[in-house]
Amino acid sequence: MNGLLEGLQWLVDPANWSGVDGIPARVWEHVQLSVIALVIATLIAVPIGLWIGHTRRGQFWTVQFANVGRSIPSLAVLSIMFLIAVKEFPSLAFGFLPTIVALTLLGIPVILINTYVGIQQVDQDTVEAARGMGMSGRQVLWTLEVPMAMPLIMTGLRLAAVQIVATAGLAALIAGGGLGRYIVDGFALRENDRIVAGAILVAVLSLLTDLAFSLLARATSPKLSSEPGKVPA
Amino acid sequence: MSDFFVGATTILAQQDTEPLIRWIWISDHADEIVSRGLQHVYLTIVTVVIGFLIAFPAAVYASRHRWAVSPITSISGVLYTIPAFAFIFLLLPITGLSLTTVAIPLIAYSLLILFRNTLAGLDSVEPEVKEAAVGMGLSRRQLLWRVEVPLAMPVIIAGLRIATVSSIALITIAALIGRGGFGQFILDGLNTFFWTPLIVGVVLSVALAFAADLLLLGLQRLATPWATASGVRAVAT
Repeated sequence: MNGLLEGLQWLVDPANWSGVDGIPARVWEHVQLSVIALVIATLIAVPIGLWIGHTRRGQFWTVQFANVGRSIPSLAVLSIMFLIAVKEFPSLAFGFLPTIVALTLLGIPVILINTYVGIQQVDQDTVEAARGMGMSGRQVLWTLEVPMAMPLIMTGLRLAAVQIVATAGLAALIAGGGLGRYIVDGFALRENDRIVAGAILVAVLSLLTDLAFSLLARATSPKLSSEPGKVPA
Repeated sequence: MSDFFVGATTILAQQDTEPLIRWIWISDHADEIVSRGLQHVYLTIVTVVIGFLIAFPAAVYASRHRWAVSPITSISGVLYTIPAFAFIFLLLPITGLSLTTVAIPLIAYSLLILFRNTLAGLDSVEPEVKEAAVGMGLSRRQLLWRVEVPLAMPVIIAGLRIATVSSIALITIAALIGRGGFGQFILDGLNTFFWTPLIVGVVLSVALAFAADLLLLGLQRLATPWATASGVRAVAT
């Protein structure tokens, strides 16, 4: 238990709250990496998910893609992106780039599957009724399917955000920044307090991300539905 | 960092001639591949079995006492959200480089998946079926083991499949403290800028996940021949 106390002491030490290796700087790096990756992943995965859910094309492959995504270790995606970057873009390999690409790739499957399932689960009788009232495909999508699918889309974003924030902690392994720096450096320097402090910060940031997206989901969901996320196995 | 960069660029010079897979490396490391594989399988079994032994009674209890659903979901949700590698390093000063340090975060991660699916499975049993069973004179225990669990089995196994596949991928992280199974090859490849171990580690880890998934699917078909796999919907958190 001493280790935990030392970690907490490290956290409240003012010396660790300033400079390029200070807590605010590392939190900011971590948040930047995560937000950029989440935004890119959303911009890629949500439109594709909407299209697949609306047109019902490629459903089988979407489910397979999500299952494969689950089985690929985050550490592997990060490592592969780094080695590719070292070989193909050596001047960029030691910056943000490989981490951002890896985090984006990791976020895509869960956003895609939840968006697709959200749209696909919308009651078909309601969709038929909307079409019968003369709504175009585009109107059906934006005024009916998207609002109804919103809880699941938000579930996808929440799960992706948490996974991205968690994996951003591994960026330090490939010479990146973020809160993982404390863990990786602490492990190399055999400084337990630094390791524990880093682990606490990563855990707290993940929990706050989860909380923020839960609140956002509540704010964006239609009032008639509060069903939790469901995804096919 | 600059040393790291110089080292990396010298290795870069050799990279153009470096094939993605050096088959000789694989035959040279056959023993290590087997031992890492066993470590990976062992950790997977420990994680999923202990996770299930905790989640199953919790789900049975929650299915009978609805007030318990929300607190159990919240607690396992927090455990699920804490990143496994952060959790490992949080435990490191307490439990050291032991199996426990790795197993606790992995089990913690699996609880939410296993709890929600087991509960969803139990909830999917029609009330009429349960009433009929009680009417036929089954005790509560008999009702659980002879009616509810068999009928809930497809969803329970769907949860086990998600937990198993996720755990197999997640275990690779434990390579950071030397207990990551195939993850060790991924980390070795990363640290030495050498593609072969990295690819071997990824391919074997994914292959293990697929094999375990198929095994559980086969088990479900055997256990519940009346259920079709496509009709089963798992709750992925």
